Amino acid sequence: MANTAIAAEESTTNVWSGGTTPMKASYGKLMMWFFLLSDAFTFSALLIAYGMIRYSHSAYEGIFEDFAFSQEYWPIPEMVFEAVPFLHGIHAPLIFVGIMTFVLILSSVTMVLAVEAGHRMDRRGVEKWMLWTLVGGVAFLGCQAWEWSHFIHGADMSNNVGSNTFMGANLSFNQYGPPNFAALFFFITGFHGFHVFSGVMFNFIVFYQTVTGKLERVGHYEMVEKVGLYWHFVDLVWVFVFTFFYLV
Amino acid sequence: MEQHNDQVQALPADPAKIRKIWKVAGFLGAITAIEFIIAFTIPPGGARTFVFIALTIWKAFYIVSEFMHLGHEKKSLIMSIMLPVLFIIFFIFIMMYQGARILDALN
Repeated sequence: MANTAIAAEESTTNVWSGGTTPMKASYGKLMMWFFLLSDAFTFSALLIAYGMIRYSHSAYEGIFEDFAFSQEYWPIPEMVFEAVPFLHGIHAPLIFVGIMTFVLILSSVTMVLAVEAGHRMDRRGVEKWMLWTLVGGVAFLGCQAWEWSHFIHGADMSNNVGSNTFMGANLSFNQYGPPNFAALFFFITGFHGFHVFSGVMFNFIVFYQTVTGKLERVGHYEMVEKVGLYWHFVDLVWVFVFTFFYLV
Repeated sequence: MEQHNDQVQALPADPAKIRKIWKVAGFLGAITAIEFIIAFTIPPGGARTFVFIALTIWKAFYIVSEFMHLGHEKKSLIMSIMLPVLFIIFFIFIMMYQGARILDALN
């Protein structure tokens, strides 16, 4: 009968070993929340460090149209991130990073739909939406790989570092601005990218367990909810990285 | 295809719930689109930065409250996640103060 399907969820899975359910949340979900809180501290520390280091460098004062890269001042982000694959030489500020943002939001939506299907014990639905979530995650990682590669190899506008002309970026020098600019780019987007990577791994494990029918035998799809929380958090962090690194 | 007697029967989807999910998704997309329009039309400045931060927090609220379902949890759970965030706000202010002092020292 249809209505026997989710009876298990509230009665058995949420009870802790003490026999009660603190805050009406299962142990796994609550611990995931506390982990995410600690991770939020890490990411805020990185972003606050970005803000502090940025404002201890001078900003570009001239006219926006005449902007050129220099070691003297912090670059305007949309002048740095203005390339799109296959459109070489076309000035398209923030377009590519916008595509990445929409990809990540969409994969967050498909994750919500997977959780919703899991509540209804709909195995086919969980399979379908987890697969779309995986596609979104891998697409985002691919975009980021391209962006890093472009950032490291450099844009057409080269810049003089000391007596040498320098193209691209590494941890000591970069053509876009002060050394800290590239260092923070690598650190913050790299740390976030690593979270996306591990999220894709978790999603794959849960997808695999769904396809093999393991979660159905367990009797509930709470694993989908737990990795879902992690995946939404990765999206949440990207919303902040997008604003503070690319827009402002 | 009736070989499994113990096959779990999936419940039918609730269209209102699905519509709600896509509505929130539409909101998030729309806010991001507004951020783009602002980024392309309005020159950088203090007010623009403030609007960006406000829109970001608005988006964050939707993600945490709806997608992560925190808005529908028990109040004690909401509080145990949201109150420690005060530390982050404290950290922002203390580092702004510190940053201003470092700027003074450098100049």
